[in-house]
Amino acid sequence: MSLLLKNVTKRFKSETVLDDISLAVESGETVVLFGPSGAGKTVLLRLIAGVIEAEAGEIWINGVNMAGVEPEDRGIGMAFQNFALFPHMDAAANISAPLTARRQTKERIAATVGQVAKLLKIDHVLHHKPKELSNGQKQRTALARALAGGPSILLLDDPLRNVDAKLRFEMRLELPRLLKDQNATVIYVTQDYKEAMALGHRIAVMNDHGIQQLGTPEDIYLRPANVEIARLFGDPVINLLEVRPQAGDMGALVELSGNPMPLIGLEAAIGRDCLLGLRPESLQFVAEGTPGAIPVEVETETPLNEKTVTLALTLRGREIMISRPAGSPGPASGKAWLGVDAGAAMVFDRASGTRFIPSQIEVTP
Amino acid sequence: METSSPLERGLRAFAILVICLFFMFPIFWIFLMSFQTNETILRVPPSVVFSPSLENYRALITGKLETSAGTLEIAFMRNLFNSLFLSTTSVAVGLLLGVPAAYAFARLKFKGSEDIAFTLLSFRFAPPLLVLLPLTIYFQQLGLANTYGGLIWVYQLIVLPLILWIVRGYFEDIPADVEYAYRIAGHDFWATFRRIALPLAGPGIAAAGLLAFIFAWNNFVFALVLASADKQPVTVGALAFITASGIQYGQVAAGIVLSIAPTFALALYAQRYLVEGLSLGAVKG
Repeated sequence: MSLLLKNVTKRFKSETVLDDISLAVESGETVVLFGPSGAGKTVLLRLIAGVIEAEAGEIWINGVNMAGVEPEDRGIGMAFQNFALFPHMDAAANISAPLTARRQTKERIAATVGQVAKLLKIDHVLHHKPKELSNGQKQRTALARALAGGPSILLLDDPLRNVDAKLRFEMRLELPRLLKDQNATVIYVTQDYKEAMALGHRIAVMNDHGIQQLGTPEDIYLRPANVEIARLFGDPVINLLEVRPQAGDMGALVELSGNPMPLIGLEAAIGRDCLLGLRPESLQFVAEGTPGAIPVEVETETPLNEKTVTLALTLRGREIMISRPAGSPGPASGKAWLGVDAGAAMVFDRASGTRFIPSQIEVTP
Repeated sequence: METSSPLERGLRAFAILVICLFFMFPIFWIFLMSFQTNETILRVPPSVVFSPSLENYRALITGKLETSAGTLEIAFMRNLFNSLFLSTTSVAVGLLLGVPAAYAFARLKFKGSEDIAFTLLSFRFAPPLLVLLPLTIYFQQLGLANTYGGLIWVYQLIVLPLILWIVRGYFEDIPADVEYAYRIAGHDFWATFRRIALPLAGPGIAAAGLLAFIFAWNNFVFALVLASADKQPVTVGALAFITASGIQYGQVAAGIVLSIAPTFALALYAQRYLVEGLSLGAVKG
């Protein structure tokens, strides 16, 4: 176990920012802390780094309790969201900060700095002061500084937040390889679900001062713990329809525009006010007359690079979004029929927002 | 850059000229006076035409004041040295104590820190004369009266709050993350203070030191009461020019020129630091 958080609680004055957080991160694993601003992600990173102290709980790094251990002795590399470069030092001096602390020879420091700079493609701006660097270069310098010391734990606080879209896209592809090569345990903070899905072995969804769900990207996307998380992951956002499942022949059943749709293993939801979650990509346009197809009126169609998103109205006037791969056929207007993948449907309790977990279906041979 | 009409630019130039004249003319006039004798200074109407003489400066530097009533000993050069020594040492002590204290007030939010910082500031509210009477008695009992040490101590009342509050603001302007980043990179608290906080607050420390120096230099009342002749700075020493045979305007002017010269030179030199400001462009995205 590389990093272990046990019941960590942090308060600022009377306000609780983190409430009883526990998290275990394996060596070499990347865990993404994902959540809206104010969820306490950055505070948690700072607690791990040791620049602020927790009111309660323990933080263990590589089997050592970090209580009373100064930030400089924790063996951590950290990249800040605002870069936090040293304005009076050039890029090379910035990157070498973790090395000068260890009193290495000048030659060795220069060699390591050159190596890291080359890896991040900033070797041509090493003698520039931070204010002479572009945002992308600043971000890479900050990252290089975090990596230079070869830390066992790497804390990355939304490092792509302040860079332009093109660079963000590039780095999203580049970072996983880079992090893998470092062989470090990584805690990565982001507000961008795509970044979270692309980089994390596991994602910890933070909200309301705690971790609401911890799981693989697939877990979070297909089996979100609650409606809030379902809404945060996915673009376009998940369709949520207010329904009240009834008892049917095969368990629970909802009616969509007059068509019954079975909800297998969700008997618990019968008779309760629920939200039916349908991912836009789990809906397809089908031919008229297909069994179970629901009629809709197409409103607008928006092409988004790799996919096309259609906004349609159901018979009851509810808006619904359908996503399909770009170039595939679909109606641009008028009446259309939708096929619904009942297996991909999620049912949430409307009052509490929690998802009803389907009971296991017994498969008998 | 906004474009402005010739009229606008003309008016602006005129306004700047008026302000410069208003502030600079007295200094210019004093500069002229310092090369004149009392007779040419006091003639009516005054004129800028005169035959310059270095007599006033000679009198100050040699310490012999020739008046119509005879020769008078003055210790102007001694006073000038006292001013220089007292101000420099006070500012040095003030910086040594004030800069770490300012950092503590800016960064380490400890119990009662605001109260202590405000108490230190409140020293500036107290009328010096109110403080001086008890202080004189204490100083006489402690043997600090008429010593450089005692004066430097009292000068901290002027210098320390100024340095503390100015430098504190500059420390607060340094994003804490920059310091955290250096700590996390493996450097201890003191290394971070020396290599990150101090250089980044440098312009602020220079500005505070300069202002403190000028305030200390211009102080009159503490030195008047607590120091006797051989420890007095120029501000007090200038009283010697009021002699039995009248005020020696020429020497007063020469004395002023000599005594503002160091602060003037210092201000010119440090202007660079004052204008430079904090270059923290790298921190904000």
